Amino acid sequence: MSFKSWINGEEDLLLNNLKTTRREDDHVKPLLTDEEKKSENSKVLNKIYNVEDNRRLKRFDKTYRVVAIVFCVLLAAAMLFTISYLPKVGDPDTPANSSVVSERYIESGLQETGATNIVTGMILTYRAFDTFGETNVLFIATVCVMVLLMLDEKILEKLDKTSDRIYEPDYDPILTLAAKVLCPIILLFGIYIVLNGQLSPGGGFSGGAILGAAMILYNAAMGFGKTQRFFNENIYKVAKITALCMYGLIGTYFYITGANGIDNMIPLGTVGAILSGGIILPIDIAVGIEVACTMYAFYALFRRGGL
Amino acid sequence: MIIFMVILMGILMVCAIAVTATKSLLNSVLVFMGFSIVMSIIWILFESPDLAITEAAVGAGVTTVLFLATLKRIKAIDLEENLIIEENDQSEIPSWAVAENNEKVEGGASDEL
Amino acid sequence: MGPNLLANYSEAVAFILFVIGFANLLLQKNLIKKIIGLNIMDSGLYLFLAAKGYITGRVAPIVVDGVQSVEAYINPVPSGLVLTGIVVSVSVTAFMLALTVRLYKRYHTLNLDEISMWLNKEGR
Repeated sequence: MSFKSWINGEEDLLLNNLKTTRREDDHVKPLLTDEEKKSENSKVLNKIYNVEDNRRLKRFDKTYRVVAIVFCVLLAAAMLFTISYLPKVGDPDTPANSSVVSERYIESGLQETGATNIVTGMILTYRAFDTFGETNVLFIATVCVMVLLMLDEKILEKLDKTSDRIYEPDYDPILTLAAKVLCPIILLFGIYIVLNGQLSPGGGFSGGAILGAAMILYNAAMGFGKTQRFFNENIYKVAKITALCMYGLIGTYFYITGANGIDNMIPLGTVGAILSGGIILPIDIAVGIEVACTMYAFYALFRRGGL
Repeated sequence: MIIFMVILMGILMVCAIAVTATKSLLNSVLVFMGFSIVMSIIWILFESPDLAITEAAVGAGVTTVLFLATLKRIKAIDLEENLIIEENDQSEIPSWAVAENNEKVEGGASDEL
Repeated sequence: MGPNLLANYSEAVAFILFVIGFANLLLQKNLIKKIIGLNIMDSGLYLFLAAKGYITGRVAPIVVDGVQSVEAYINPVPSGLVLTGIVVSVSVTAFMLALTVRLYKRYHTLNLDEISMWLNKEGR
């Protein structure tokens, strides 16, 4: 019985079959009658003309501001004092720059990860676990924004197309033409940055952000009706969860097979080719999809309250 | 190169103070976008092109769009309120409540933007 | 004062940015300006990390022509840390903006003092 309804959110297995229902909206109607309102008003007036109280509040406000400014100035002075004793910027012999870790990354990163871009190679293989946590942060942030801003489908249906929330632009020649010309180019550039992440600057995060920006531009120019033809809620769910699971599976496989040094199923390939770098390319694609979905979902939720 | 760097750092600080000083929220969001773009040039001078691309796409692009969408949403809030009121039974709400709500919305939103 | 303040001007700017953002957080009453202040604090910290990893006369850590000596490239660790930080900061910003929208929906104001006044009145 219950697994399907649990998935759908109708029942909760853990809480002793507590039936979950939709919470009443918090657009509370003002419930005061006229007399109550009058007494409330007199209370407020008494409070407003209470000179002693006002003086106290003003004094508190002034003290707060002075203390805050003094604290900030002291903080700045302490930091500048500390900085004047730090080693010079650009010095190769500082403890941070001459550590064994960065030496190892630079000297044997190419052989061990197969990526010419050392930064991408570092964050996606040596520090893959860290980056996985960060991808989860993106996922959780989207979920939180959904909890706060998503609207019911009933309300969405009631909004007609002229309302400001679900504004479908009329034929605006400049914006439409610009979006038609620019969107394919920006999308192509984003895909290039995602796929070329192990060879040149870029990678999953930057490429995904560019892809998301292209989708936001298309949405702003063409409206939600046209965007939903190729990207709606179902596609969003599938893409996002698939990307996250793919990253998790590849990362787990990589760590189980010894993380590096031991031959695994994904070959490193020849350095400099697109299909090189072992697990970096698939993880880059997964991260790119995840970031693009997140960016577009933020925009759509803020603009409309749904995907 | 050092002179260029110093000029960029100066612009950075001016932008940060201007965000604090401007009255209008729209202005401060736009100044913050300029701040992000200057920041992405500084990343290139610090030899980190990865960061430059990410900052230009995320800081100057998506964050600004989110701020603008929020401003738009806050100004357009009365549409949603009216919708909710229509959905419920309108006769139960006393007339002064509706009027007060509308006044509050107009006063609040137009001052901020 | 130590000897290196002028040579470390980028770190100094980074921490001045941090303090400006912190002052924004303390003194501004508007919620959206507070969020922008938090973003400026973020940028200051990233600038400090990137300045720590920079080494004069070396290039970005992308292997060219098979050169793999430590003397050729800057320190890649701060770049990786900042790269993850930037993307997390945008999701935090989006979350805070969503909370702001909800607060505005309920109290019709962005001023934190007024919101806390309403909260007092509701007895929470």
